[in-house]
Order: sequence, then structure tokens, then C-alpha cells
Amino acid sequence: MNSTSTHFVPPRRVGIYEPVHQFGMWGDSFKSNIGNGNMNTPTHIIIPNNQKLDNNLSEDTSHGTAGTPHMFDQEASTSRHPDKIQRRLAQNREAARKSRLRKKAYVQQLETSRLKLIQLEQELDRARQQGFYVGNGIETNSLGFSETMNPGIAAFEMEYGHWVEEQNRQICELRTVLHGHINDVELCLLVETAMKHYFELFKMKSTAAKADVFFVMSGMWKTSAERFFLWIGGFRPSDLLKVLLPHFDILTDQQILDVCNLRQSCQQAEDALTQGMEKLQHTLADCVAGGQLGEGSYIPQVNSAMDRLEALVSFVNQADHLRHETLQQMYRILTTRQAARGLLALGEYFQRLRALSSSWATRHREPT
Amino acid sequence: MDKVMRMSSEKGVVIFSKSSCCLSYAVQVLFQDLGVSPKIHEIDKDPECREIEKALMRLGCSKPVPAVFIGGKLVGSTNEVMSMHLSSSLVPLVKPYLC
Repeated sequence: MNSTSTHFVPPRRVGIYEPVHQFGMWGDSFKSNIGNGNMNTPTHIIIPNNQKLDNNLSEDTSHGTAGTPHMFDQEASTSRHPDKIQRRLAQNREAARKSRLRKKAYVQQLETSRLKLIQLEQELDRARQQGFYVGNGIETNSLGFSETMNPGIAAFEMEYGHWVEEQNRQICELRTVLHGHINDVELCLLVETAMKHYFELFKMKSTAAKADVFFVMSGMWKTSAERFFLWIGGFRPSDLLKVLLPHFDILTDQQILDVCNLRQSCQQAEDALTQGMEKLQHTLADCVAGGQLGEGSYIPQVNSAMDRLEALVSFVNQADHLRHETLQQMYRILTTRQAARGLLALGEYFQRLRALSSSWATRHREPT
Repeated sequence: MDKVMRMSSEKGVVIFSKSSCCLSYAVQVLFQDLGVSPKIHEIDKDPECREIEKALMRLGCSKPVPAVFIGGKLVGSTNEVMSMHLSSSLVPLVKPYLC
């Protein structure tokens, strides 16, 4: 008798071999369904081919080959032979039984895989919490297991991955041209492209902040070392100046004055935003802690806190605006060549931070 | 609106804000850091809050608060103030009104 699992069917006495791929069908459906993200309905209902094989053989054992002998056409023969009907019904029942067993096996496979995916997703979350930069692909999204996965955020993470790749490419190019010879027009173009690339990031972050402001504020999309320096969802504008300024050996008097003014105004603006954020934190804390604690009811407090949280989006946008303006002013103050060197220095600074994050993460995983 | 025009000229630097608005507070802190003591109008405490909001929007503010007036003229919101400060054009503007 035939079995239900993926079995190789041995050739019959008459040398007929029917490739029995259908036994693997439940497994195949599973594979293709995983790819398409359709896990709910099996797409094939299978009648095993070798049932027909049995019929042919039992009908006429003297026949040497497979194929449908016309004299013994099945439909014609069942109407004349009632016991053929019985056999047909039995075979159908058998086929149905096997189909049910295969379906059961398939569903069990699905259940196991589902659990495995949930487990992997949790591990991924945990790894991110601990600060490993883990790129978020589209896997968790399309399978729809995680209700917390925000499509806007998933899109942002993917775009950010591309942004970093492009950033690395631009840094390489800047390094190459600054060591060689390049005319000012071409260099200007490179510098402008690099500036626009940063501005692009701020636009991306603004969209992401509307999707989930806490995500942007947490800096989870950055590496762990970068996160250490986080200020309202990104780098500190004053840090930017600290990184850049040592790299300009010759500055005119006017430039020195402008740079001094920029440093001071940048710091003041940053401090003002920091204090505004602190006030937001205080008011939010008061809001959440309002009324009676310990009574188990909190809906009004949560609702009123929700209203206040809208302000967080404005702060993230304002912080990015400050970063934007700081970059813009540096570009205005410096010559093209100085700006190029500055952008190279800045880019490489972030690259080093990212490298530091990986090294640190690897260090943690080494056995002691 | 007359009331807004009147309120915006009460002092050298006037900021329209709301008691709940923390960005307005940030702007206020910035001016204080520059040595200016701005006049703060918390419009949510004003009975004509809605009219004031509409008037400010009509003057060109994308958001009613914070709205900053220097010397009676509308300078803008947080964005404009920050941009001006970083390009060194804010300090000369508030110079006449330093404490």
C-alpha cells in the first residue's frame, strides 16, 4: 500500500514508472507559500497519479505498457461493472484519507515554522535592544507576525541602509579626489551632492517621525556607539563643529570670526532646545502621574499624555533643522576645498563610530 | 487683528505662546540667553484665544505658536528664529532691546 509521506514509488511489474512528485506536494506548497507570504491555504489538492496506475494494471495485467487502453476506458467500464464502482469509491476514500493526512502534516509544518519565526523575531528585537545594528529586512513585515512593526519604520530602516551605503561611497570618492587633482567646479559638485545627501536624511527622518516618533528619538536605527552621543534623535550640532574645526589649518580672519559666532549661536540654540525638551519631559511625567496612582484607572492620564506627545515630533524636526542650518552655515563660511575636507572628516567620524560599535559587539561575544 | 498688533508692539521682543507649548518655551529660553527679556503672551489663557490664533495664521505663521515679533514686526516661528540666529542675523535685530 502506498504511504502518505514523501515516498519514492517503486516501478511496477510492467516496468511503468510514474514520477511521483505529488507526494512532495504538501512540502512544495509550503515552500512556495512561504515565498509568497501566503500561508493560509494549501494550493494543491492531490489525487495521486499511481492510483490510475493501479487501475490500469488491475484492469489488464496482460498489457505491457502504460497508457490508457481505449478498450478498457474507465468511465465506460464502471457503468457496466458495479464492482468497479465499488473499487473506485474505495480508492477515492483512500485518496481522500491520504490527502487529509498529508494536509495534517503540512499544517503541523506550518505551525512549527510559525513558532520558529516568532522566536527569531524576538531574538532580533533583543539583539537590537542590546545595541547590535541589525538591518531590518522585509521578512517580518510580509509575514505579518509582529503587530508592532510599523511599515513606515520598516521603510525608513531600509532607506537608511541605502543611505549609509551611498554615504560610504561618497566618502571614498571625496578621499580619492582630495588626494589627487580635481578642478574646483567638479569639487563643488561633489560637495553639494554630499550636503544634499545629509539633507535627504533629515527629510527621511521627518517622515519616519510622523510614523513613530519614539523610534526616531531612540536612535535604534543607528549603531550603539552613535546612540551614545544621541541628542533628540541624532548627532549634536555642536559636536559636528567640534569634529570639523581642527581640520582647517588656514582660516582667514573673517572665517575665524564667523566660525566663532557659529559655535556660540549653535550652542545657544542647542541649549534652548534641550531645555524645551526637559520641560516636555516634566509636563509629560506630571501628566502621566496625575490623579490617583494605584487605583488601576489611567485612561484620562494616558489620553492627555497622548496630546502632549505630539510636541515630540516638532522637537525632532526642530533638532534636524538645527543640524541642517549648522551644515549650511559651515558650507557658507568655508571654501569649496575646505568644505570637502570637512565633509570627509565628518563622514569618516561616523564611519569610525560604526566600526567601534561592531568591534564592541564582537568583543562581547568572544568567550572569556 | 488690532489686538494682536497692539500686543505685538507692547515690548521690543514679544512671543505669542501657549502654556503647554514647550517649543515656545525653548524660544523664550534662547532670547533670555541673548540678554533679552521678551514679553510672553500665553494665548491659551486669553478668552479670545481662537481669534488670536486665526490672526497669527493670517499674518503668515504656519503654526500659531510660537510667534515672535521684534520691534513690532513678525519674525516668524521657531524655524525662522533658529535660522536667523545661526546666520548671525538675530543678535543685531535684538540689540536695541537688550536689558
